Amino acid sequence: MLPPDLYESLRSKIEKSEHPRELAVDTMYAVQSHYGYLSDEGLREAAELLNVTPLELEELATFYDFIYREPVGKFVIHVCDGVVCWMFHEGSVFNYLCEKLGVGTGGTTSDGLFTVLPTACIGYCDRAPAMIINGVFYGPLTPEKIDEILDKLRADHCELVLCR
Amino acid sequence: MNAMYEQALLLNRKPDGPASFDEYRQSGGYDALIDAVKKRSPKELKQMVLDSGLRGRGGAGFPTGRKWMGVPDDAGFPRYVLPNTDEMEPGTFKDRILVNADPHLVIEGIVLAAYAISAEKGIFFIRPSYELDAELMERELQVAREAGFLGKNILGSDFSFDLAVHRSGGRYICGEATAQVNAIQGARGHPIKTGKHMTVEGLWDRPTLVNNVETLSCAPHILRKGAEWFKNLSKTESGAGNKLFCVSGKVARPDCFELPIGIRLSEIIDEFAGGMTPGSEYKACLPGGASTSFMSKKYYDTEMDFESLKDVGHRLGTGAIIVFDQNTCLVAATLNLISYFARESCGWCTPCREGIPYIRDLLQRLENGEGKTEYIQELRNMADYQSHSYCAFAPGAASPLRGLLDYFEHEIHEHISQKKCPFPKP
Repeated sequence: MLPPDLYESLRSKIEKSEHPRELAVDTMYAVQSHYGYLSDEGLREAAELLNVTPLELEELATFYDFIYREPVGKFVIHVCDGVVCWMFHEGSVFNYLCEKLGVGTGGTTSDGLFTVLPTACIGYCDRAPAMIINGVFYGPLTPEKIDEILDKLRADHCELVLCR
Repeated sequence: MNAMYEQALLLNRKPDGPASFDEYRQSGGYDALIDAVKKRSPKELKQMVLDSGLRGRGGAGFPTGRKWMGVPDDAGFPRYVLPNTDEMEPGTFKDRILVNADPHLVIEGIVLAAYAISAEKGIFFIRPSYELDAELMERELQVAREAGFLGKNILGSDFSFDLAVHRSGGRYICGEATAQVNAIQGARGHPIKTGKHMTVEGLWDRPTLVNNVETLSCAPHILRKGAEWFKNLSKTESGAGNKLFCVSGKVARPDCFELPIGIRLSEIIDEFAGGMTPGSEYKACLPGGASTSFMSKKYYDTEMDFESLKDVGHRLGTGAIIVFDQNTCLVAATLNLISYFARESCGWCTPCREGIPYIRDLLQRLENGEGKTEYIQELRNMADYQSHSYCAFAPGAASPLRGLLDYFEHEIHEHISQKKCPFPKP
């Protein structure tokens, strides 16, 4: 269940809005941020807040890249697979990350820290190949740089969940 | 950023962060808005933008003045401005650079558009990958509000307009104007055709102006320095203004450059992007993002202007120039692009939902060395079918495929005859 203060702040925002449905994505982000992903329970709660059916909200949740309907790690690594990153062997960046972390596409490491996902061009083409982790861009990537980034994230949890 | 051409959009760009409100003011920022609300009528503003020849920078290139004039004088209220910062066209990162260089230029442009169409509300639609920019905008909007350039009774006039940041959940199609309206309304981001222009019936059935943020950021300069000045920035007679060109791929200095419309492709790549990376030779480029066609070497001196490109059968798109070298397989590149479009298709209409995955399948077989000669005609047919789709997404997706078929058919044949990809693998 959502904590009462979060529930209340969402409810009041929605109530004040001229068009509550405009807050659908924001509400999903807030609920996702609380549970770590948009759980079934969270989806039902968000739908109730927005006064839509869970099915209507599911339609939206499954449409978007940054709404996670499955559990994800604290750090969701979105590896850009746009054509520019591809040109710089994005495939090997993606595979390197999966191998290094011992996960497949969409998989989460056993310590619950990392999930690896491919994603649409992130607009960091001048620094290809690139990835984005919780709102922060990284590029151009090499295996050494990836190691460094992972070590830093493991040691320093403060940059958590920027995408909300 | 460069001494050769006058800078306007990136005038205040610096390496250590965005230009502040004060820095923007010192460069003449907000003077156009002060001047507009005190002395100019909305009609005058629209006329100036029309006279300037400004065309949309988001990909479609529609004349901005005409779009602004599309809001009928007697239309109801509220009216909306949607500054489009969804920027998800592969290869395109100009809006990110622009917002980060000079957020108040972007804000002033939006407020001027709102003044021109008497809008009272704006929704700054931004993709989740640009979350830090969304936060930057929220901070700077507050600064603009406190300075009286945004909010109720702007600069003491009876014009009120406020702007809110709307975070997208992240999906390419939401950059399409009607899909964006659906997305804001909390519906799935499918494009819609109501039979009416958005400027008449858009968000919540109200008059709505959807403009790319680069387009809007031209407005303060046009109003301050005049329509003639803007027109004359262009190197070609048919063009107007400067354009942000993002150059990426196998060039020495990939970056976003503000350059005159009509500048030659060769000059952009050789002079500004530092030529090709060592050991690379130019083979082709996509001139304006993933929804444009490959241009072979014979177009290397083409003037980068809407009309000049159209004359040779190409499109300026977003001005995102993606450069490919001699060692990059264009069958594989097209496969990457088509896979992208197959995933990003909203699934609403059949040619797009079914056709693009079919194209992907044919290209995958060719790339695997399992292709047949008859696939080439099949690919041509499939590219043609995309014109029957509901929105511009699928014809855009077919563009690089057409480029592959028109200029690099020999690469496809090599895949078929050698029964493998003839290019070196990393």
